[in-house]
This record gives sequence, C-alpha cells and structure tokens, in this order.
Amino acid sequence: MTQTVAVDRTSPAPLPRKPWNRHLLAVAVLAVVMVPVPLLLPQAQQAVAVRVMIFALMSIGWNVMSGFGGLFSFGHAAYFGLGAYTTAWLLVEKGLSPWIGMAAGVVVAAAFAVVSGYLLLRYRLKGAYFALATFAFAEMFRLLATNSDVVNRAEGYHIPLQVEESWWWLQFAPSSPNYFWIALALTVVALVASILFLRSRTGQFALAVRDDQDAAAALGIPVMRYQLTTMAISAGITSVAGAFYVQYYLFIDPDLAFGSAVSIQAILPAVIGGVGTIWGPVVGAAILGPLSDVTATVLRNPPAFLSFLEGRGGLDVVIYGVLLIVIILVLPQGIYSAVRQRWFRS
Amino acid sequence: MSILRVEGLSKHFRGLKAVDDVGFEVEEGSILGVIGPNGAGKTTMFNLIAGAMPPDSGRVFLKGQDVTGKPPHVIAQSGMARTFQLMRPFYSMSVLDNVTIAVLAGKGGHANPRDHAAEVIETVGLGTWRDSPTEGLPTAALKRLELARAVALRPRVLLLDEVLAGLVPAERAPVMELLERLRSEEGITLVFVEHIMAAVMRLSDSVLVLNLGRVLTSGAPDEVTKDPRVIEAYLGEEPTRADS
Repeated sequence: MTQTVAVDRTSPAPLPRKPWNRHLLAVAVLAVVMVPVPLLLPQAQQAVAVRVMIFALMSIGWNVMSGFGGLFSFGHAAYFGLGAYTTAWLLVEKGLSPWIGMAAGVVVAAAFAVVSGYLLLRYRLKGAYFALATFAFAEMFRLLATNSDVVNRAEGYHIPLQVEESWWWLQFAPSSPNYFWIALALTVVALVASILFLRSRTGQFALAVRDDQDAAAALGIPVMRYQLTTMAISAGITSVAGAFYVQYYLFIDPDLAFGSAVSIQAILPAVIGGVGTIWGPVVGAAILGPLSDVTATVLRNPPAFLSFLEGRGGLDVVIYGVLLIVIILVLPQGIYSAVRQRWFRS
Repeated sequence: MSILRVEGLSKHFRGLKAVDDVGFEVEEGSILGVIGPNGAGKTTMFNLIAGAMPPDSGRVFLKGQDVTGKPPHVIAQSGMARTFQLMRPFYSMSVLDNVTIAVLAGKGGHANPRDHAAEVIETVGLGTWRDSPTEGLPTAALKRLELARAVALRPRVLLLDEVLAGLVPAERAPVMELLERLRSEEGITLVFVEHIMAAVMRLSDSVLVLNLGRVLTSGAPDEVTKDPRVIEAYLGEEPTRADS
C-alpha cells in the first residue's frame, strides 16, 4: 500500500477533494478548443467529426445506465430510435420543430425506459438475461415500426428540405459548420449532465446500488428507484443522439433507428474508452469514428503498395473488428482508464 | 415496551429448517448476544429480521410496528441497521465514500456529510484507511467499515453479524468499547451474533442460544453458559472459540 507516512493522530488529514470541478473545467476547455474545428477541417472530415459526436452522445447515455448504473444494456437502439422517430414524426406529420421533437423524444424514451425497466427489474432479470431483454425490446420497436402504417412501415421518414437555412428547423447547407456546433453543444450538455448526475446524491446512490444492491438496501436506499432513474437519464441522453441524427442525415428508417448495430454503436465507444468513467465514451468515440472512416476510405482507394486490397468488399469491417479486439485485449479497462492509471496515480 | 420483538419466526430451505419458531424480545438500550454453533441459523435469522428474505411464518415488530416481510430499505429507514458477516463494501469507492453514502442515506440531515463520515471513521478506528480504496483492505478494516456504515445511519437498533470475527484480540478491544459507548451514550439497542465468548460475556445483558434453528435457551450470560444443554451443543466446536 502507499501508507508509508505516519498519520498524525491529533489532526486528521484534510478530506480529499472530489474531482467534479476538474471534470467540469475539462469539459469547458474541450468545448472552447473544439469550437473553431469545423472552420479548419475540410467538409469530409467535418462529417466524421459530427459522427464522432453522435457516437459520443449515444455512448454517454449508455454509460450512465450500464457504466454507472451497472445494468448492461444491449438495446439502446430502442432509446435512440424513439428519439429519432418522435422527432421525425412530429416534424413530418405535425409540422413541429425538431427542437420540440427532441424534447418530446427525451420524454418518450425516458418514459419507456422506466416502464420497461420496471418490468425487467420487477422480474429480477440480471446480467446476460437483462441485456437480452433490452435487446428484445429494441427488436420489438424495429418490427413495430417496420409494420406500422402510422410511421410509414419500412420506408421510414425523409425530412422535408427547407428553402432557407434555419435554426428553428435545424437545417443548414450540408457544408455548414452549424451542424458541428449543435452536435458539440449537445455533447457538452450530455457530459455536464453526466458529471452533475454523478456528483448528486442520486448518482452516488446509483453507484452504491451498482456495487452491491443488498448492502445499499441495508442502508435504506430504495434500489429500484435509483435503477429506474439511471435508466431514464440514460435513455434521455441517447434519444437526443437519435433526434439529432434524423436532422443531420435527413432520413430515418426502422433499421437505422432500432437495428442492433445501433445498440452496438452505443456500447463500443464506452467499452473502448472506459466503462463507468466520465470520459470513456468521448475518448472511445474520438478513436472509433475516425478509425472506421479511415479503414473504409483506405480500402476503397488503397495507396499503391496496398493495391491488392482494392475491391475487397467488407474487408474494412474485418480490419475494424480486428483493431477492436486488439484494443480490448491490450486495454481491458478501456483507454481512458489505462491512461488515467498510468499518469494520474503516482 | 420492547423495541424489537420477534414471534414464531420460521424459514425452511427445501427440507432444512434453518430457522424454526424463533421468538425473543429486546428492551430499548439493551444488548442481546446471539450464540450458537455453526449452522444454527443465526445469519438466516438476521436476514429474516432485516427483510433481506421473507420468513415462511412469524412476525417481527420494530418499535411496536409490524415490519414482517417489508423490503430491507424500508426496515433500514425505520431505524434498524445491519452489518453483513461476509463484508460487502461498495468496492469502487474509498472508505470515506462508503461511509458518506450511509450518512446521506441516514436521517441525520448533516450539512456536511463527508465531514460527519470522517468523524464516524475516526470513531471506529479506521482513520488510517480513510482515503484508501476498499479493494484490498484487510479483513479487520472491512469489518470496521461494515460497522461504520451501520453506525453512520444513526439507527435505533443495530444487528451485528460477527463484527469481531477475524480480528486479533488487540483489535477487538476498541470495537467492543465502541459498542458499549453506542449503547451508553446514544441508547442504541444492539443485537449481535458472536462466536467470541469473552465478548458475549462482557457486552451482553442477555444471551439467546440458537441450535439447529431453534431457541435452545436464553437468559443472563453467566446462567446460559453454565447450562449443560448449551455446553453439549458446543461440543465438537473448536475449543479455542469458546475460550478466547
């Protein structure tokens, strides 16, 4: 242990300070540094940057429930899709601004999280069974959307183009840096929300429940209430990613919204970056986004010495997968956790 | 009026009667020691009383109120705290954070929960470990952490499951003093399961002896330990346990 210094019995050491302010400061610095980025990046890279932030947003949400709450979700597509479809439906069918759709999506996704969470926890599903059940819920939505006339079946929604750029309708020229700035603002809000959550009594109890349900209950903590709160917050954050996704790509269908690939995209950044850490999802997204883009681009147009790779469809996914496996093997705690342990713990 | 009353408590696991028609009363501010050979049903009885599992039959009254079968967090909020025999810290947190959770969960309403948690940690003699992560702490420290969390809740009744086990004699004395202080200064009622007879003899106002899930006998400590049935029940146990 590090306890080599004799402790002065008469005057106990001052209490260690909590890191919240440092985290909030780091978010502020990150936000300021990122603001000029779209003005410096070519348009193709800007699109990658926006995708990175959509990944980050989804994964920050996933991390609240599965990292801080300890409830492993394999069905975050349900929340992402509810956010996307609520926004698209309200816009296309009811003519409401996507900002209103986004807020409505948060409410819908959080409400669904509480109802489904109650059922899963009430029947004491744990671990792999819990994860499978969340997956089943997402699949249920996918099939429901694919087969309902109300939401255009498999066709989904195209967002009608506006004549002019508009903040209210959240629509700009494809090259506009506004998309980047909005995504950045949403990511910053989600990060701040997850830090404030962790700092709060609710967040501290959620961690206690994650660590040991029985011990938490023995202290008078109503376990299920905190689990459902975590799920609601998590669903709300991930649904915002869905709402923004629709506005950015101007299109959504059942597979893009509720497909299992979406659930995996919510999990991967956190796993790569560090599950249950504030920065893990952001670090993971910042690595995965460009990585998938680079592997795809390189294999589509390989440089001369790699020309034999040309035209091998699907190889980019294979390479991406291999890189993932390597990262997970080398850094099982995630990149952020590994770096933190290396440099910030003497 | 007794602060804790248990009537006809029973729990069966398949064919095994783990707890069989157990009843007792504890007066407010008194200390009840619970002894019995391994497998006598002591921990199961605690689990039934604290709501960790529902009894098959029987009643538990806390401050006159029926709390039978209530979920554990409701019972804890009603003023009865418990420790776990196998220590269950919140493993991702430091000792200080563990106890702070308990302060926040309790009814104290402290302006500065972390300061108060630090005080409790000093009181149970965990000061040197205060800022350490709970992972890798020695058993003695984890036992005291269990105690610290329970005490930080400011309960009226405290169920202690072998808080002295695993401590060397020098480590036991301060914990025993703490338990006596909790009773004398704060009027907390203690029910404690213990194998270390010296502690049972010194602390208990009365002793309950369990064997094979049933109450073998109960009464003042020195009477109970002279009871031939109790001595017989303990035959085959390691003699060191009864001696130490």
